[in-house]
Amino acid sequence: MIKTLNNLKQGETGIIVAFKGKGNVRKHLMEMGLVRGSDIKVERVAPLGDPIEIKIKGYSLSLRKEDAKKVEIEIK
Amino acid sequence: MDKIKIALAGNPNVGKSTLFNRWTGMRQHVGNWPGKTVEKKEGSFKYDQYGMEVIDLPGNYSLTAYSVEEVVSRDYIVGEKPDVIVNIIDAANLERNLYLTVQMMELGANLVLALNMNKFAREKGLKINKKQLSELLGVPVIEIEAVDDTGSEKLLQTIVKVSKSPNVVLDRLEYGNEVSEHTKQLEKIIDQDIPQLDAPSSWIALKLMEEDPEIIKKIEETGKGQRVLKEIKKIQRHFNDVFGDDADAAITDARYGFIAGLVSESVKKPKIDKVTRSDLIDRVVTHKYLGIPIFLLIMWLTFQITFTLGDPLGGYVEEAFAWLGETIAASMGEGFLTSFIVDGIIGGVGGVLVFVPLIFILFLILSILEDSGYLARAAFVMDRFMHKLVGLHGKSFIPMILGFGCAVPGIMATRTLENERDRLLTMLIVPFMSCSARLPVYALIVAAFFSAYQGWVIFSLYLLGIVVAIIVAAIFKKTIFKGMSAPFVMELPPYRLPTAKGALIHMWERGALFLKKAGTIILALSVVIWALSSLPVGVEYGSQESVTGQIGTVLSPIFAPLGFGEWQATVAIIYGFLAKEVVVSTFGTLYGIDGDGGGEEASDEEVSANETASVEQVSNEASGEQVSGETAVEEASAEEEETALEEDPGYIAVMQELFTPLSAYAYMVFVLLYIPCLATLAAIRRETNSWKWPAFAAVYTFVVAYVVSFVVYQGGLIMGFA
Repeated sequence: MIKTLNNLKQGETGIIVAFKGKGNVRKHLMEMGLVRGSDIKVERVAPLGDPIEIKIKGYSLSLRKEDAKKVEIEIK
Repeated sequence: MDKIKIALAGNPNVGKSTLFNRWTGMRQHVGNWPGKTVEKKEGSFKYDQYGMEVIDLPGNYSLTAYSVEEVVSRDYIVGEKPDVIVNIIDAANLERNLYLTVQMMELGANLVLALNMNKFAREKGLKINKKQLSELLGVPVIEIEAVDDTGSEKLLQTIVKVSKSPNVVLDRLEYGNEVSEHTKQLEKIIDQDIPQLDAPSSWIALKLMEEDPEIIKKIEETGKGQRVLKEIKKIQRHFNDVFGDDADAAITDARYGFIAGLVSESVKKPKIDKVTRSDLIDRVVTHKYLGIPIFLLIMWLTFQITFTLGDPLGGYVEEAFAWLGETIAASMGEGFLTSFIVDGIIGGVGGVLVFVPLIFILFLILSILEDSGYLARAAFVMDRFMHKLVGLHGKSFIPMILGFGCAVPGIMATRTLENERDRLLTMLIVPFMSCSARLPVYALIVAAFFSAYQGWVIFSLYLLGIVVAIIVAAIFKKTIFKGMSAPFVMELPPYRLPTAKGALIHMWERGALFLKKAGTIILALSVVIWALSSLPVGVEYGSQESVTGQIGTVLSPIFAPLGFGEWQATVAIIYGFLAKEVVVSTFGTLYGIDGDGGGEEASDEEVSANETASVEQVSNEASGEQVSGETAVEEASAEEEETALEEDPGYIAVMQELFTPLSAYAYMVFVLLYIPCLATLAAIRRETNSWKWPAFAAVYTFVVAYVVSFVVYQGGLIMGFA
């Protein structure tokens, strides 16, 4: 099943299958490790509902849901 | 003695500064990269018979031209060609750290890898085969601990060795057929057409495929890039057709692919991720319901500690300078020279040093928060609020809170923001947070006009400051900072116990820098204001005959539409530029009222800016509480009533003669919003490394103050509050 990253629930894991869109934020996030084939887990959501914290390449990264929308995840 | 030029590179939070400080100790120089707001740290030390010159490059995740820091690092590596680059790597976070390494290898840099934080890697269950990693990369890999001497000698030996026989790394990188083929193809054309470039042509080829704007520009500038640029277009079309994605993404994928290969051959990972200590802490600290209260509690503590500890200390500094001034005045007798020394020099130096305790304490706390990893969580928790409200990063909240105490530490705290745009925008709105120095002004006017509603009137001013800040931020986002969107992509580093040494060094660096850079500006401008107040020779300091008085008289009609067209009000505004609380003492001196209220005679020195100590003392007591909410503001102003000079009937009479309640309110609004004090402007100058921003801040806040006061006064008149 494929979901976009912003729709993953806390604790859900998957593999990145695509990163849509263009531009600096996408490039930056890819360089931070959000490349195709990487394992990803949603660690938690901030108290106000945004941003989210993910685990990628063995470390914790936070990003906003508006950017997470572009990342497609294959749920394990 | 042979010199070796070393650059330290690595991701943020990997212990780069720790190693830099260990090596260079106090032999370091902190400045800015030319024309940039990015800090540049250089230092030197001796090893064996070598003179080591070290430069600490900004902490970067990559060398794409994504941020100013990245451009600075890249330009340094390409342009300055350091003998050796020591790449410090967080062993517990190898994959992402190696991304930067790979990019430096693309540049053909002469690298040494220093694996740091091995303890944390072991805790995570990672086993790194250094020998294997070193062989695969063609680069020496040394295990160190930046906090102690582990591996230090070995690292230095390796640096010396590598400086003599550089590593060849360009042929180590394997990016898969598709990427390599096209890179080679491009490389060939680059070598034929533009052979004189100072970076490896394979790197230029990669960067062009990544559509790096800086490199494209450089190629265009050579005037010989037509064939290259045409080829790029072709390659990009090809990637889009074959992969359904751009070449840019394919290259990032390829780099991580190469890294994945390295890691699978040289690192053993545990099957299941252990739950780390950081995870456990985060479960509480970023908890759905507890997260925000915890954040507010920590902010409150930061504020309390900074101002309850810093303000009295600042008060002592002020008293000491007042005493020094009086002593000198007493021994020299009155006169022009005395006035210059006492009011100009001593007053100016005192005006700088008053901030020292505040700034040192603040930076101590901030570095503890930052080094421990909490600051990132604070930003995580507050980001939505700040983003929705003012379109800023979660981290901007901290400078704004500090601004309620004093804008100077608030502005200096903007350094924790990585994005330049966020940093600038935050600096521009922090001065609207009503700082503790404005409180005596409110207290004075409120006592004369609004004694029945003091708490509410003062609270309304605090609120007005916040509302204006939000509106101004929204306007700036649509105008001068348009299109420079700042995403929230932030690492949440593992929690670590901050070291006392690290925190103290941070504190010292920041504090000393403020003294050196901002201090000189404050001092110089204080002397200018003194001169304007004392010239022509013979006039009474700050009287209507002095230059300041004359300027005030000339300018005062401008303020008539705001309800305060008297020259005294204008002169007080001019003096408020030194420090806002000086507005109060100015009224005192202009009307010959003794500011101390203690029966001392109003002597000549008392006219000066630094003689506001007694007034400030009162404000200091009050300022400690003001941010804890409106009740505290009420409490604070109530407290002040006992001793403060606004109780003085003389003051009240003068105020009531000069203002109506409406014009008094408009005056308070103006004092709240107009040009930040000298020290704030100096801090902005220091942080942005240019006069452009402080000048802009001065002009735009003046306009905002004028407009808002105008609306308040004229609106009030229309509504019948004369």
